[in-house]
Amino acid sequence: MTEISHDLAASRLASASLVGAEAADAGPLGKVYSVVTRSPLATVGATILLTWCLLALLAPWVAPYPPNQIDVALVADPHPSAQHWLGVDHLGRDILSRLIWGARTVLTVAPIAVLGAVMLGIFLGLLSGYRGGMIDVVIMRVGDTLLAFPKIILYLIIIAKFGASAFNIIAVITLSSAPIIARIVRGVTLDIKNRDYVAAARMRGESAFFIMFVEILPNARGPLIVDFFLRLGYTTIAIGVLGFLGVGLPPPDPDWGGMVKEAYGMIFVWPHMTIIPSLAISSLVIGANFLATGLREAALDG
Amino acid sequence: MAEVLAFEHVSIAYDSRAGRQNILNDVSFVIGEGEALGLVGESGCGKSTVALAAMHYLPRGMSLTEGRIRVEGRDLARLSADELSRIRGNRIAMVYQDPMSSLNPVMPIGRQLMEVPLLHGETDERAAFRRAVAMLEEVRLPAAEAMMERYPHQLSGGQQQRVVIAMALMAEPALLIMDEPTTGLDVTIEAAILALVRDLRAKFGTAILFISHNLGTVARVCERIGVLYAGRLVETGSIATVFRSPVHPYTRGLLGALPRLSGGHRRGRLRPIDGTIQAADRARLGCAFAPRCSFAARRDCEERPVVMVAIDAAAQHLVRCARIDAVVAGSAVDGPPASATATNDQAPIVLSVRNLSKEYRLTSLFGGDRKGAVRAVTGVDLDARAGETLAIVGESGCGKSTLARIISGLLTATSGEVTLDGVDLAGISVDDRPPDTRRRIQMVFQNPDSTLNPSHSIAYALTRPLRLLRDLASGEAKAEVLRLLAQVRLPSEMADRMPHQLSGGQRQRVAIARALAGNPGVVVADEPVSALDVSVQAAILNLLGELLEQSQLGLVLISHDLALVRHMADWVAVMYLGRVVEYGPADQVFSPPYHPYTQALLLAAPTPDPDAPPVVVLEGSMPSPTDTILGCPFASRCPERIAGLCDTTPPPIRRFGEHRISCHLEIDAERAQPPAEAGGRTGMRSSSA
Repeated sequence: MTEISHDLAASRLASASLVGAEAADAGPLGKVYSVVTRSPLATVGATILLTWCLLALLAPWVAPYPPNQIDVALVADPHPSAQHWLGVDHLGRDILSRLIWGARTVLTVAPIAVLGAVMLGIFLGLLSGYRGGMIDVVIMRVGDTLLAFPKIILYLIIIAKFGASAFNIIAVITLSSAPIIARIVRGVTLDIKNRDYVAAARMRGESAFFIMFVEILPNARGPLIVDFFLRLGYTTIAIGVLGFLGVGLPPPDPDWGGMVKEAYGMIFVWPHMTIIPSLAISSLVIGANFLATGLREAALDG
Repeated sequence: MAEVLAFEHVSIAYDSRAGRQNILNDVSFVIGEGEALGLVGESGCGKSTVALAAMHYLPRGMSLTEGRIRVEGRDLARLSADELSRIRGNRIAMVYQDPMSSLNPVMPIGRQLMEVPLLHGETDERAAFRRAVAMLEEVRLPAAEAMMERYPHQLSGGQQQRVVIAMALMAEPALLIMDEPTTGLDVTIEAAILALVRDLRAKFGTAILFISHNLGTVARVCERIGVLYAGRLVETGSIATVFRSPVHPYTRGLLGALPRLSGGHRRGRLRPIDGTIQAADRARLGCAFAPRCSFAARRDCEERPVVMVAIDAAAQHLVRCARIDAVVAGSAVDGPPASATATNDQAPIVLSVRNLSKEYRLTSLFGGDRKGAVRAVTGVDLDARAGETLAIVGESGCGKSTLARIISGLLTATSGEVTLDGVDLAGISVDDRPPDTRRRIQMVFQNPDSTLNPSHSIAYALTRPLRLLRDLASGEAKAEVLRLLAQVRLPSEMADRMPHQLSGGQRQRVAIARALAGNPGVVVADEPVSALDVSVQAAILNLLGELLEQSQLGLVLISHDLALVRHMADWVAVMYLGRVVEYGPADQVFSPPYHPYTQALLLAAPTPDPDAPPVVVLEGSMPSPTDTILGCPFASRCPERIAGLCDTTPPPIRRFGEHRISCHLEIDAERAQPPAEAGGRTGMRSSSA
């Protein structure tokens, strides 16, 4: 599973390289490298994300202890030490190992959920923007209705009804993010569909689907790639919040939000048990945000 | 004569991560009191940088590397920020291309004009108001006092530019810098603004630095001209000298590449300049134009700097060329050669338009309730013939692009017929046309930046129509792509390039190849060269001319440029407010008798001719297409309007064979016979009031 999420991030980045007008002729990886390093902010963001991806990928080898190994004796002094770099939690489980294994969860669920939202959003946005008329009105109004709900209540209603599972979390995030992405895609489509090259495609008789997906979509990739990474950050927060509210992934598997929740009652006694997983969530969000902002700058520099 | 602005061997460089690039290289000129210098050059030649440098207003990254810039004898580089800002407000004023960007949209224009003297602490409120009103009258805006209360968006483009000029003159500057002041305006409005600038200069004695890409507009305002190429002045002198006997090969090339109203006509070849400006040309040690010059010699032109040489010291005619002797001994400059082929009335009609109209209904917010209609096109009759060019000419908003899009099927008509091969297509959108009909009408678009999809290669742009319109297999299509590229004179390796790797002219060639891919019967070209530089434009026009000669293609050419239409067209339709006011074979339309609007357009067209006759300026602007027109659409602006007739009764159509004029004036058919000579374009009709 982690390989998938890692590859996925790489393939997204590969298309990000096309955002810039000119990239070096150095193969797809070289292009990614040249676009990302053009902006210092993107370099920092990509480094943070890649570090977490690598740790998640290599979890069985780099994690010093099994994540669910309980050693109550350690609770006497749970603070960071030479054996347990980040300390242990209230059950004596090694926090560093749980973070590394927990990264697997968040780096699987978040990208899949965002990708689902992007695919659904692209489809609805293209249809809405290119076709216009009643189709546009229906899609956008249904989207507005979904957006009118406070997100967290929407999550709670659906998860309370269908139960907490990775699939349900992915489904609920996909549904709640797709309208926003649809709106972005619709805006870009409304602009692009009046360009001369779309008229030229109509003049030669291309089908509406061909025009939407081959003529219009590739030119919308810039804002979409930036939005993908921004949304990756938001989704990490959302998963953390769900975990904290107790409707995240079921225990005992480590989940960053869940770790905060389990320990926050003891925040004044053992603050590290709450603060360290919170920092892990923040670092992932900040990494994704930096990468998104940096890519946007690199694209504007062109 | 006291000098107002002086550039002394000015070089300006731009530093970026990619390294240092020369923007201007050894530019020297002097503008004296009350003098007007026109600076012409193609896009990217550095002419706007000259304007910014004269204000000491260089963008970040650009710096003066050599030379001095003086305004009224003071070196700008040595002035403090305070002194500079005083000079900018008081002694130098600037007029930009887009008037809306110079005006504050949330402030009445009167207030903006009054700010000029008030900010400089000169006068009290009431005196400022009086001066603002007087200045608005000076720029010939009607009802100046009422005008003071208007907001910029309530004015037309021409009126806005007049306000900007008034604002610039409020400070009584010694120097007025105008950067493409009329480029976005229609030709009749442009003529009025240029006449205004010339009169104001005579009255106020302001020196003018006039920057333009258009040789014709410069000729109307300035007495001296400087030609800029790749950041270097290559030729300066008086307008008359430079236009009559240009010396530098680039100046000669520019003049030879320009289609002329008076010159040869109908698909004679223009002389394009080979190649394009390269970034490397700016850094060249020798002559920047050498790579494109047929006279270039390695030793003289490439290996050492080329300096300005005086050809005629008295006339201050300077040229930067190392091979003047060879150039002067070479071919004399002449206009484009004429190849007179008579318009062929017998050529078969491929497409005919009958009584075509397009209306947009205006609805209120909740729909239903009709508030009127925009009549974009009203009752148009035209024919496009095989192997000939039908040009549709008119100013912006006249409905020519709407007409083009109805013919091509991107829009559908409200009523009337567009007949191709006996089938009426007026009401059928291109998406619903049968494939073979779709193949028969293709289109070339205006904007080279959006005509090709930036995400797909050139091969893709040409292969898709071949597969869809001609059903070719991929192997055949590949060979056909190469043939099409060869047909538009592009090398075959272009197929693998992406659009951003091509220049504007190359992209437009690909667009033409794409339109030809399906072997069409009719190609509709909507302003195909208006976004291109003169030298590139000539090559594209030549290409279109060649293609017409080789095939039985009917070309429908939409343009606002009369000289271009004169050069290309076999048949001409002049449109005004959605109607065709004059239609006929090109020779007859471009010679008397004229419709008064055609005559106004011909007189307003800026020609690069130092002896061009003074302009009869058309006042006002086109009525709104939502207005109900009872009589002649042109009645509100026509200088020969017959009161009580023209504005109440639709004009009759007067026919002279194939030539139709829709006008109330009696046309004197006898005097209509001789073709017009240059300078003799006067009205030849008598009115029967």
